[in-house]
Amino acid sequence: MSKVKQHVSLWRRTANVLFTAGAGAAAVLVLAPLFAILSYLVYKGVGAINWEFLTNTPQPVGEAGGGMGNAILGSALILGIASLIGVPLGIGAGVYVSEFGRGRYANMVRFTADVLNGVPSIVIGIAAYTLVVLRQGHFSAFAGGVALGIMMVPTVARTTEEMLLMVPHAVREAALGLGVPQWRSTISVALRTARSGIITGVMLAFARVAGETAPLLFTAFGNQYWNTNPNQPTAALPLQIFTYAISPFEEWHRQAWAGALVLIVLIVLAVAVVRLAARRGSFAQQS
Amino acid sequence: MSTVPSNSAPRIPSPVFGKPHAIGEKRSVPEGERTPAPVRRINLRAGRATKIADDSFRYAMLTCSLSVMAIVVLILHELVTRSQLSVAKFGFKFFLGSDWDPVAGQFGAFPFLYGTLVSSLVALVLAVPLAVGVAVFITEICPKAMRGFTSFTVELLAAIPSVIYGLWAIFILAPLLRNWVQPALAKSLGWTGLFTGPPFGIGMLAAGIILAIMIIPIIASITREVLVAVPRHQREAVLALGATRWEMVRMGVLRNGRAGILGAVILGLGRAMGETMAVTMVIGNRPEIAKSLFAPAYTMASVIANEFTEATGNLYLSALIEIGLVLLLLTVIVNGLARLLIWSITRGTPSRV
Repeated sequence: MSKVKQHVSLWRRTANVLFTAGAGAAAVLVLAPLFAILSYLVYKGVGAINWEFLTNTPQPVGEAGGGMGNAILGSALILGIASLIGVPLGIGAGVYVSEFGRGRYANMVRFTADVLNGVPSIVIGIAAYTLVVLRQGHFSAFAGGVALGIMMVPTVARTTEEMLLMVPHAVREAALGLGVPQWRSTISVALRTARSGIITGVMLAFARVAGETAPLLFTAFGNQYWNTNPNQPTAALPLQIFTYAISPFEEWHRQAWAGALVLIVLIVLAVAVVRLAARRGSFAQQS
Repeated sequence: MSTVPSNSAPRIPSPVFGKPHAIGEKRSVPEGERTPAPVRRINLRAGRATKIADDSFRYAMLTCSLSVMAIVVLILHELVTRSQLSVAKFGFKFFLGSDWDPVAGQFGAFPFLYGTLVSSLVALVLAVPLAVGVAVFITEICPKAMRGFTSFTVELLAAIPSVIYGLWAIFILAPLLRNWVQPALAKSLGWTGLFTGPPFGIGMLAAGIILAIMIIPIIASITREVLVAVPRHQREAVLALGATRWEMVRMGVLRNGRAGILGAVILGLGRAMGETMAVTMVIGNRPEIAKSLFAPAYTMASVIANEFTEATGNLYLSALIEIGLVLLLLTVIVNGLARLLIWSITRGTPSRV
């Protein structure tokens, strides 16, 4: 900044101060809801969380107690299926676009991935319904997994591609120069170097679909009991929160808050654990 | 490398190995320096097995990338075929009719179109100034030490699941609106006709506010990328003319990034239109068209969420799927437009959402 004294008119100085204050106020206004939501979540949720809540199935209205144990298990089941579908497809697509794809085709894949990323989750739910539920004739965890898996693909694909593009070309060439076949060089060198970035992308995708409710409404459908069969309707934590939140019962509202807190904590935990595991023993720089 | 003379005594660094490649520079490597040549030679020496392995790896990856496109085509195909019944029965009148009567078999989607568009617009009106303000705050004003924290927190907002926003909106936001905000708005701005009627709390206004909170992180983070992409010398040039910070931001930054910011806003619009759970929980779910923002309404996404599993009869289901198809097409158009605008600014640096 120059130390030259300059005359700035009062109006311009006022405008500048107003602008700075306005931008600062915008920042405060944006951050306020975040803190409001998180603090209410903790405030309302902590009281309702206990061992019973985490391990029991829901009770009928009017009976005290009950919990969301089956919903937590169901969410894990659905998310597992979703990851099995979404992660390999996404990484494969990202690898192709970055390692083999050139020109028009690669751009088309990129564009399609972006389009898919923008498709509303409820529409993907409809597609999973007509593709899986109508053909099978019943709701199932598998159908929910398909819907969420589809939602994971574009995020995983785009991050994989971006992370692979950040791997210096010389690293690949070094591997090829040693006589390593290209598939080995891609898997053991390029992907390995980009590993932590890709895992971050996968976790982003996972966290995004973990809280999704809309596509599960008519695919996984929900269930009052324990279920581990992927071919059966299955409870999911976000679904259970939704059902309880719009119900007229005080006790269920309390449980909805508790469920929401559990959901957020589980998402954060899953992300943190995988990131920690990825960092250990990884020589790649953190993206 | 065939391009490097191998017998030159002081080794001239080869163009490939000697020059450090900048991050993400891969595509700018000239054709001649790319790897394919040595790859082919190694393949020849290594024999058939390697070639088969390489080819199958390549085709496996190709299949994955094809599947991305196949998924989109499949979604479109399913929605189009499954909505034929309703398309054939109602034709274009589907979008103009405002009768939604499953019992009588009458389906008109106009109230839902209206609800989706108006709630998204309310959200944009609230979110855009705040989001751009935050982005400018982070890039231009915020002290360096706080920058990471602020942008991290804004992005954390994007990670909160929709259903949790809805939960918060039902139990905290709606009572707040009902008891404080709506009476005040009715008293001061009631004459506009936008803020009249009984304050329920839930309704179009609540939906708009919660949508605004949800799309702010998207708009803010992309606007931030766009602002960062504005070349430094633009700022310096304006400052050198003696501009204050506000003038610098207005003339040097916002004006240069306006196409990208518009793209970010449109992307936010796309998100707002497709958002389901939080809106469903607070909009009131009545297919009505009212001028007042206090009145309940219904969006396309909400009607699908609420009625899909209860849809009895093929026509009902088909009508809901047609709404889904319209929603899909609207968001694809809006998102495509936004991508084009953002690409025009941040070309080279890949954009992420």
